[in-house]
Amino acid sequence: MTAISPDEVAHLARLARLELSGDELRRFAGQLDVILGAVAAVADVAASDVPPTSHPLPLTNVTRPDEIAPCLSAEQALAGAPAREDGRFRVPRILDEEL
Amino acid sequence: MASTFGSSGGADDLVRLSASDLAQALQRGEVSAVEATRAHLARIEAVDGALHAFLHVDADGALAAAVATDQRRAAGDELGPLAGVPIAVKDVMTTRGMPTTCGSRILAGWVPPYDATVVSRLHAAGLVVLGKTNMDEFAMGSSTENSAFGPTRNPWDTTRIPGGSGGGSAAALAGFEAPLAIGTDTGGSIRQPGAVTGTVGVKPTYGGVSRYGLVAFSSSLDQAGPAARTVRDAALLHAVIAGHDPRDATSIDAPVPDVVSAADRGAAADGIRGLRIGVVRELGGEGYQAGVQARFAAAVDVLAGLGAQVGEVSCPSFGYALPAYYLIAPSECSSNLARFDGMRYGLRVGDDGTRSAEEVMALTRGQGFGAEVKRRIMIGTYALSSGYYEAYYGQAQKVRTLISRDFAAAFEQVDVLVSPTTPTTAFPIGERVDDPLAMYKADLCTIPANLAGIAAGSFPCGLSEDDGLPVGFHVMAPAMADDRLYLVGAALEAALASSWGGPLTTLVPDLEVPP
Repeated sequence: MTAISPDEVAHLARLARLELSGDELRRFAGQLDVILGAVAAVADVAASDVPPTSHPLPLTNVTRPDEIAPCLSAEQALAGAPAREDGRFRVPRILDEEL
Repeated sequence: MASTFGSSGGADDLVRLSASDLAQALQRGEVSAVEATRAHLARIEAVDGALHAFLHVDADGALAAAVATDQRRAAGDELGPLAGVPIAVKDVMTTRGMPTTCGSRILAGWVPPYDATVVSRLHAAGLVVLGKTNMDEFAMGSSTENSAFGPTRNPWDTTRIPGGSGGGSAAALAGFEAPLAIGTDTGGSIRQPGAVTGTVGVKPTYGGVSRYGLVAFSSSLDQAGPAARTVRDAALLHAVIAGHDPRDATSIDAPVPDVVSAADRGAAADGIRGLRIGVVRELGGEGYQAGVQARFAAAVDVLAGLGAQVGEVSCPSFGYALPAYYLIAPSECSSNLARFDGMRYGLRVGDDGTRSAEEVMALTRGQGFGAEVKRRIMIGTYALSSGYYEAYYGQAQKVRTLISRDFAAAFEQVDVLVSPTTPTTAFPIGERVDDPLAMYKADLCTIPANLAGIAAGSFPCGLSEDDGLPVGFHVMAPAMADDRLYLVGAALEAALASSWGGPLTTLVPDLEVPP
């Protein structure tokens, strides 16, 4: 098992959209290394012929009747918004300006 | 049923009543819901500075609900058995008009526009919601030290942890701030706090209680359930919150096991005669505190003395439950917590007009999440990434299958499995905060039940001789056989309570309350 470097933690943090300080990167590198080393024990189990379980209940396609029912009003849905404009969520730009 | 514990009297006595006895006093008109609510609010006022079990106390809402219940009773309305009884709700369940933070800065100040189904059912049954209890951030932790708003303290010893993630709910019970509480259990977050605070905590069968409005951590493992000071109280609450909910696609559409009858049967003579009990060989021995092992063994002897058939059962894959859990839960959490992006609700950081949405998301999550949440999101991101998926997440899912097979084979031989709930009693605050693996081991015995989706509960079995702190007795039963937990828990309680003078929490030392 390869050790997790601060650079790899930075890569994971980018994938997970977590802005971390240099101090956090160093601290987490050591901790993630220990945790991943411990959980890697699952590899010791001979399970090549064992089917995976993703969920305790064998459910497929749970549906409900397609009926009109009350739902949140726009005002309720927007009540917790960090910023709003014209009855919508206002968000920072999502495209680069040159695009 | 005759009054088992305590008697009603002054306000201090009211908070020490079991929910069952308080409900009877309410039904007989000896006390009003408003009086009961005021007594608990006064207790919270007096002791929560020392315990910090609550993140939010809704005194006005609680009193209004109590008034409404008293009016309905006066009008002769048909009321549920727990109508008028106060309850504390873990801050991971959404509550309309009441803050819901999940112990996280990223949700500080968020007021949900809807109630969780569990909360709706509490309201419909006339229970009085006192407020929201402290927890490890997004239910990730075993000590409540991962709350962004400061730790909760264990009423047995305020220098020690109350367990986690639902330490607030457990401390509220042991501190007599509420007779009932709602918890959620992903890897032990109801049962482990129950064990270390000398209270009862049950994780129902996965799908037994609706997850609608339970802020998701690991969707295939999360399960809400009841917590209380007595077994019968937990059963009464279980009956209120359990049952099919069309708003949760994973909710089981089948009758709820009759847990209240089971609790009454277990407490009666010969209640568990002939019941087959299997002690899990792999959940004991090295790494388990001597005082915990001794109390557990004594409780097993008590059950054998009551006529249960006790034997040892081996579950060989349980040794891999902890590593499998710490891959599966972080993987699901890395996906579930993607919703906290600072766009629609909650914290938003750095939106100064120059930064992109992606940059604002990263800043918001970097500042809004605490260390354990960040660690788990990154572990999950790693385990799910291309090249590592099969070795980590894929293999963990296979181990999950093997654990379910171990349970299935064991339940061919026995009716319930038992173990200590936790390897140790409550540890000192601060002892494990910088050692994630040591913290994870608190859930060694509770995790297999979550992975398999079966029912499990923790019941007080006494105080450890080495440190005088509570020890939990863990009972596991097949899916949809939740009633067996209460049968065994009630038998144990009935046999041991006379030596404690009531439920184990009767022995909680008086908190030093500032004048």
